[in-house]
Amino acid sequence: MIKTASASTTLARARGAFAEGRLTWSGLALTVFSILIYLFLYAPIVILVIFSFTRDEFGVRWTGFTLDWYIRLFNNPRMMGAAWNTLVVASVSTVVSTIIGTLLAMAMERYRFRGRGAMEGLIYLPIVVPEIVMAVALLAFSAIAFDVIKLVTGETLRRNLATVTIGHIAFSISFVVVVVRTSLKNFDRRLEEAAADLGADSWNIFWRITFPLILPGIIGGALLAFTLSLDDFIISLFLSGPGTSLLPVEVYNRVRRAVTPEINAISTLMLLLSMVLVALSQLLQRRR
Amino acid sequence: MNDSIAIELRNVVKRFGDVVAVDHVNLQIRDGEFFSLLGPSGCGKTSTLRMIAGFELPTAGSILIHGREMGITPPHLRPVNTVFQSYALFPHMTVAQNIAFGLEMKKTPKAEIAQRVKEALDLVRLSGLEERRPRQLSGGQQQRVALARALVNHPEVLLLDEPLGALDQKLRKEMQLELKSLQARVGITFVFVTHDQEEALTMSDRIAVMNKGKVLQVGTPTEIYERPNCRFVADFIGETNFIDGLVIGRDGNYTVIETPDGLRFRGLATRPLSDGTAVTYSIRPEKVRLLAANGEVPIDGLAGTVLTVNYIGSDTRITVRINDRRTIDVWEQNTRSTLDRDEYWQPGEPAVVVCPPDNALVLSE
Repeated sequence: MIKTASASTTLARARGAFAEGRLTWSGLALTVFSILIYLFLYAPIVILVIFSFTRDEFGVRWTGFTLDWYIRLFNNPRMMGAAWNTLVVASVSTVVSTIIGTLLAMAMERYRFRGRGAMEGLIYLPIVVPEIVMAVALLAFSAIAFDVIKLVTGETLRRNLATVTIGHIAFSISFVVVVVRTSLKNFDRRLEEAAADLGADSWNIFWRITFPLILPGIIGGALLAFTLSLDDFIISLFLSGPGTSLLPVEVYNRVRRAVTPEINAISTLMLLLSMVLVALSQLLQRRR
Repeated sequence: MNDSIAIELRNVVKRFGDVVAVDHVNLQIRDGEFFSLLGPSGCGKTSTLRMIAGFELPTAGSILIHGREMGITPPHLRPVNTVFQSYALFPHMTVAQNIAFGLEMKKTPKAEIAQRVKEALDLVRLSGLEERRPRQLSGGQQQRVALARALVNHPEVLLLDEPLGALDQKLRKEMQLELKSLQARVGITFVFVTHDQEEALTMSDRIAVMNKGKVLQVGTPTEIYERPNCRFVADFIGETNFIDGLVIGRDGNYTVIETPDGLRFRGLATRPLSDGTAVTYSIRPEKVRLLAANGEVPIDGLAGTVLTVNYIGSDTRITVRINDRRTIDVWEQNTRSTLDRDEYWQPGEPAVVVCPPDNALVLSE
């Protein structure tokens, strides 16, 4: 009873404050604050996009509209090569890490086995390990692996797109596991029992029931992996070999010489791609 | 045909670690029967059902469905279907797809699937909702889809795990009757798990009352209510007056007991009891008669004072004080419609409680 009474007096007080107009100040402050936050978040991006269309060759002033930078970009074989590499690496590492990550998530969510606790901790480690450490570790590992391969087969290997892809898979798996596990946790296992009860074997249970229902999670994981691979810089820098650089590395190399609207243009295109991907996944999830 | 056994449980035991969930259960469920497993939560009724369905395997004992030993047969190969408490409808499928699922798994021809889905929808009166998703349906409609999804497969036995638990009271009552008439129409054996004694009494042909993993009594609703074989069953089903005492002799068909405070009661015993046996005398409140005190106390009568009177519409529920330590509850049906206060009992009024021995039971543990 006391609780109810105090709750209703609080409510009454709040109502009084509204009537006297005291609460509008905090309302105003909240609005201003929100606008500032959004400006902080999006102003740099908006400026980047705008200046990809400027005629100014330093890309810092608005001197008129042009698509020249985009045309120049598409005629730049180095940039296009790096873009193509990036897409290949991102696609392959996404497919592989999504499959491995989904299987891992299923195993960890469904089964009790020896060393499960240790595995649980270890799988999330790549998320918290500083990326530079991960990159150095992968570089050292690839050197050793190349040595071993040379010793065994006599074959001399170099860092190439495959090594970068393996590196991207290595850190993407953890993120896929996190996302897929969340959707597995929300998945009602009684649905699998119901399917078994209706005559479905484990193959049909998985493909007809479990998979369609955790698919949004898998797509979410894949999308995260793709995005992470797309804009990864440190590991890509360390693991890519000569002539196989990826887009973020290529952009960095260009920026060291000069910031041009061409950089703005390629950044805008990457932004667009990410947004399309996110929109696509949202659309897919809504269709369910 | 009606005498053949649909499901037989022989000495079925289920242990989860150290916990014995089901303890040497023996049951024979007949073909076409509406059979209920009734008991409080944790009594083993759901575990028993899940073992019949194949979701759990017995630790010991065997389960036979139409004479076939189930052994370790997985759920998808058993000739039974289940209606789950949570319905467990597939959220990514339409109503029609949900219902068709079992038939598709059995590789039924498409044309036949369409025909049978339509029939099943008619059966549960959901025609027209084929293309809806489960989340667009009300609780009662989801319940019907779950029923149709199971029945469309023509299972030998339908297992129902507290299927009405999630429905509100009114809908629950409706579905009870509907389920009962549905069972009569399709003629499939229903095994129905519930903790609601009224539900079990309303719907069942026979009931098995369970507690702590054991089956205490199997019988028709009348047998279970009128002739409970132990204190737990008498207590769990309906309400009753319990009076502890010792057997002091017999009087014709009746067994006579005496309480520590010197009261004597006569009742029917389910088996012969020797003198001195500790027993519980049980009489349901609606079977006790209450007479106005006129100085005489008839046989099986006890003089007392009306303590409380609760008018609940159809009945009046009266608690009568016999002595310092003992009260007896009496329910009187309000057979006459009147506003006259004198027609009803008043607290403080002297009265005589009569416990007819044919309506009373002497239970031993």
